[in-house]
Amino acid sequence: MSTQSDQPELVGRGNRDGAQLFRDWFSELSDTAKEGGQSAYVFVMGSLNEILKVFDLPVVFPEINSLQTAVRRVAHEYLSEAEDYGYSPDICGYVKADVAVQLRHGDHPMGQIPKPSIAVLTNACNTYIKWAEIWQRMYDIPMVTIDIPGTRESGCQTFGGDKHFENDRKYVAGQLKELITTCEEVTGKKFDIDKLRQILSYANEMSVGWKKVLELNKSRPALFNALTDGTIYLGVANGFRGTEAGGRYFKELVEEMEYRAEQGIGTLTEEQYRLVFVGVPCYPIFRRFNELFTEWGGTFVHSTYLWFASGGTNSGFEYDLADPIESLAEGVLLSVRDAMDSMFYQDQMLSSMIDDYGIDGIIYHPIKSCRTVSTGLADCRRHVAQQHDIPSLFIESDMMDRRVVSEAQMKNRIDAFFEGLNSRRQKAVVH
Amino acid sequence: MNNRIFDGWQGKPLDEILWSCRELVEDPSYPTVKRWRANGGKVAGHFQVYFPEEIAHAAGMLPVKLRGAPVETTRADSHFGSYLCSILKTSLEIVITGELELDLFVSHPICDAARNLAAIWGRNFDYPCQILYLPQNPNSRHSVDYLRDEYVRIKELIETIVDRPIHEEDLRKSIAVFNENRRLMRDLYEIKRETPWLIAAEDAYCLMSAGGMIPREEHNELLQTVLPKIKARQVKKEDRIRVVFEGGFCEQPPLDLIRMIGRSCYLVDDDLLIGMRWILGDVEASGDPLCSLTTSYLEDSSYSPVQHDNRKPKEEMLIQRVENARADAVIVAAAKMCEPGLEEQVAYTHALDEKGIPYFVSEFEENMNSFEHLELQVETFMENLLFA
Repeated sequence: MSTQSDQPELVGRGNRDGAQLFRDWFSELSDTAKEGGQSAYVFVMGSLNEILKVFDLPVVFPEINSLQTAVRRVAHEYLSEAEDYGYSPDICGYVKADVAVQLRHGDHPMGQIPKPSIAVLTNACNTYIKWAEIWQRMYDIPMVTIDIPGTRESGCQTFGGDKHFENDRKYVAGQLKELITTCEEVTGKKFDIDKLRQILSYANEMSVGWKKVLELNKSRPALFNALTDGTIYLGVANGFRGTEAGGRYFKELVEEMEYRAEQGIGTLTEEQYRLVFVGVPCYPIFRRFNELFTEWGGTFVHSTYLWFASGGTNSGFEYDLADPIESLAEGVLLSVRDAMDSMFYQDQMLSSMIDDYGIDGIIYHPIKSCRTVSTGLADCRRHVAQQHDIPSLFIESDMMDRRVVSEAQMKNRIDAFFEGLNSRRQKAVVH
Repeated sequence: MNNRIFDGWQGKPLDEILWSCRELVEDPSYPTVKRWRANGGKVAGHFQVYFPEEIAHAAGMLPVKLRGAPVETTRADSHFGSYLCSILKTSLEIVITGELELDLFVSHPICDAARNLAAIWGRNFDYPCQILYLPQNPNSRHSVDYLRDEYVRIKELIETIVDRPIHEEDLRKSIAVFNENRRLMRDLYEIKRETPWLIAAEDAYCLMSAGGMIPREEHNELLQTVLPKIKARQVKKEDRIRVVFEGGFCEQPPLDLIRMIGRSCYLVDDDLLIGMRWILGDVEASGDPLCSLTTSYLEDSSYSPVQHDNRKPKEEMLIQRVENARADAVIVAAAKMCEPGLEEQVAYTHALDEKGIPYFVSEFEENMNSFEHLELQVETFMENLLFA
């Protein structure tokens, strides 16, 4: 496997540019906070960036702010502060870290977080609703919940033309129009449908690119690590959705990945085992968690996180610019539904991924903080194991709270998992 | 027509009837549902909090409220990870062990954990396992049409299970049965508020709870018989603190916990099994019945931490409940690992602080069986209020 390149500026560009965009974004948020400007608080599953950008509202993703406190190893300070305020140790760590950011008047390790002028959320996660209610109480701001009806029963998704799908689309479209009215009231700006078209075209570029990037990782060796590199791409996919910079970033990322695929340039890992990650990363020991796998030659070639935490935009839905509102409603409905499916019905997606991506093992990582993602994982694992002869590992920890992350225990279990994979491979060779 | 499935209480003294209700509610084998099925009936199991039971009732099904059970989760445990509330596991346990057999399972996206249930159920059972997406944006003017469409969808699904159409007249008759049931439960709660010394807290709970396990016609008959007997009791009023219990909207506290609280105070209002009392008044029986059910759900309903409605800030609704019940204090409880309940505790306690209303914060689990420590805390809290 080659990890060298005659175009060093191309290889690794996605990570470099992604990190830079991220710094720029937080720098702009700090400026907004200092100037007392407006901002919209949103979430990764259905940010509605497409509409908010029409009104030039800077978007704040409190989920991303919170995970950054964990990556920067200061989450415990924020969690303690929120627990002192009254929040239970048993609720979502993202919520608590954000509560502490608010109690600290926006003070965050990456800069200053502006106060919200509006909160926009979907029902993709129930905690979004409880979370936004906190801001509503703190700041007395409009809280707009966009209801996205999800899949009603396994394997029973409906699509355009179906009576029930059209009912859902009508509901989402109606709510989007109400959101536009609320944004006009909050910002004092008139809605500009041509600006929306431009934003949707950037979002289309991003969705097409994101889908392509994920598909390209079927390559051997894997072109990027879905857990580490993938999280950088994810940050751009959320923060820069509907922007020119975001569209360009994903075009260039496709370019990089295609080049890497042609040249056989993989991640730094000597790929021995191709793994898929199911759940939310272990941010308190983010790099180390990944190393526990790469040390054995394990590479994460895919992750359900890249689906649901991008709000389902991985499905590559392209908006029809001739009918922007209705098409946005359909796209939001399908994408957010897809994100929910990748949390509740992920067994079907995993089944298709096993062959498509040449998966050797599945790593389930349920966490204390997120019951949306974690509740069904044990049952999903049982089901997938019945359908496929594929090893899996089930490790519980958290995305924020280091009190429930035991690296030593984790290492023991991961080592045992790889020893099992080794012996399975040796037996296969013998037979 | 099915035969009566909750029998043996008719003609008995009040205490014996109440005892029968306790036995039914505490029996995890769901004997009434077994009798219903033995008579050839079909069962619609629905997870907490609210389900428009009238639709299943109109189809001749028995709607059964899944609210967990006092059982060990020997088989369900392997389907779940850690850090989850108990009700998810015990609800699956009673079904996976065959104690409770269903023909339909419906859950609602009430919380992050419960919204996984339809998928889990669907991987383990062959009958339809569905999510009913009740609106989380009831403030949208489009939510009425949306919810009506959703009810139509559920009605069509149920029609395929019972293999017959549900006519509007069927729905109107069911609405009338449930309106009577809601009236009787309002009556029960009026007794709790106005003359709480006439009925023990756990008896009031069991009387209501039994309705989720038997046809509402039978529940109506039970309440129509029992409520006048309760009102006619000669019981002396005691000098006790009047308390509201908040936090029982989904997982239920063990009956012994309710009994323990009732020993220390008068439990004058609560949100226990609030889904059974979600709709506050009568549902309009004339006109389009599904539209009436929709309107009542959105416009004439109670509150809980799992429904967002800008018109019903939860902490203000709690204060209203306290004031309506003329309560002296609140027990702000939450089931262990219940994210919405635990989050709401913060808003509740801050609002109660502002109003100067005393409260006691607690967590419970449906399977807890030791109450000494909690009882001591509750008694101390009550004494502080009595002798402050």
